[in-house]
Amino acid sequence: MIRFQEVSKQYPSGALAVNDVTFSIDDGEFIFLIGSSGAGKTTILRMMDREIKPTKGTIVINDLEINTLPKSKIPHLRRSLGFIFQDFKLLTERTVWENIAVALEILDKSKSDMEKQITEVLNFVQLSHKANYFPKQLSLGEQQRITIARAIVGGSKILLADEPTGNLDPKTSWEILKILTTLNKMGSTIIMATHNVDIVNSMKKRVIQLSNGKIVKDAKKSNYS
Amino acid sequence: MRRTPYQAITSVFMVFVTLLVTGIFLCLALTSSALISYFETKPQLTVFFTDEKDKSSIDALTEKLKATAKVSSTVYISKDEALKIYREQNKNDPLLLEMVTADVLPASLEISAVSPKYLVELSDLVKGESGVDEVVFQKDVVDTLINWTTTIRKVGILFIIFLLIATQFILLTTVGIKIALQREEIEILTLVGATSWYIKKPFIAEGILYGLSGAILSSFVISVLVLYVRPFVSSFLKGIPDLSLIQFSNVTVTIWPPNLPFFGLLWTIILLFGFMIGFIGSLIAVSRYIKY
Repeated sequence: MIRFQEVSKQYPSGALAVNDVTFSIDDGEFIFLIGSSGAGKTTILRMMDREIKPTKGTIVINDLEINTLPKSKIPHLRRSLGFIFQDFKLLTERTVWENIAVALEILDKSKSDMEKQITEVLNFVQLSHKANYFPKQLSLGEQQRITIARAIVGGSKILLADEPTGNLDPKTSWEILKILTTLNKMGSTIIMATHNVDIVNSMKKRVIQLSNGKIVKDAKKSNYS
Repeated sequence: MRRTPYQAITSVFMVFVTLLVTGIFLCLALTSSALISYFETKPQLTVFFTDEKDKSSIDALTEKLKATAKVSSTVYISKDEALKIYREQNKNDPLLLEMVTADVLPASLEISAVSPKYLVELSDLVKGESGVDEVVFQKDVVDTLINWTTTIRKVGILFIIFLLIATQFILLTTVGIKIALQREEIEILTLVGATSWYIKKPFIAEGILYGLSGAILSSFVISVLVLYVRPFVSSFLKGIPDLSLIQFSNVTVTIWPPNLPFFGLLWTIILLFGFMIGFIGSLIAVSRYIKY
């Protein structure tokens, strides 16, 4: 369960990125965060994983109050979340296998556990045959699949996706959405920030629309309007 | 290290230079301290007599000195005894032994005072006697050594502090560059939930590696230097017995001539220093450049 209660974020420059937003997300929901550039989508996602702190208000994720979380606990929060980035953020000098392994190495997993879990997620994203490839040897769609694999390998049940299809062609974008939908059906909560009108309109999921940092629409099974 | 080989080499080299200077000054300071300790155990006044002074007049002088109640002990060394001592000290130099007989060496009287403050008075008393050729103040020797040791320590400490500061800056820069080159990787690790220590650990380990590498190199060079100068120093310290530093269990660490436990101690101290230099330098760098 994720809850935002009267959350605002003002940057030191004075820009009010998020203005008094309140919403809740239940476990297993699939949410689109939509809005034009600068609407506050990315700011909301970054506040969820404590990259930035809200200026005002309370954020609770799985009964944990994020804004007052001590620094030492932030890594534990981030391990419970999976983050999928528009620019993938893969380590270019490590192979696919090693990129996914990073998420398990920080958990001090044994070699055998790591092997089992990485094999599982690579099968899930259908890239087992490219385990020894480097990111630059993969297509953009494949790179995004690896990012998803890394996000879920540690067992995260909440996935935050910031424009995951932003750099992808429509066909590849749908492949990624298919994976996210499958994960959602398996019980993961997906929060996806996007500009992609077609995807939002086709998926008929809950939509939280932002404009100038405020929520202008929060409707289940909604369209991009 | 692959990505920044020149910076790595510079760091190791700076640690090497710092520890080389530290090691050399340490050896010099320890040797002179050991020498001071040795000379402090020697009699404080040594009186050398001419050949005309016979034993009975020397005995009379001894009684006169004891009567002052300022003398704690006296030891008479005859010409024959002086020859024995000389032969023992120069047993490895047959050429010197050939030319010397008991007639050449003077008889002497070694005097220890109850307190150093009486030495001048006793020296004046002895100098006033006939048949006295020379009066040697061991105190002069000790004072000279103390001055040397103090100078060595002061100069050494200044040099070492300067080099330490320079080394820390070099390490800070090297590790800082590595952090900058891996900025993206650090960001990703942070986002997937790596702890601050997990991220900083490899950089600290690399700093320690630079420190230990420099330490191993400098320990090796110092060891070679010590062995190289050994013959020269041996002739300089002729007559002086083994200078020991410390003793634990059955092991005596001797600084001169240097024995295996001495090299073991030297290597341990330098490696420890190297570890600390590398650790502290890299710790400062990660604290400064990785803001978690």
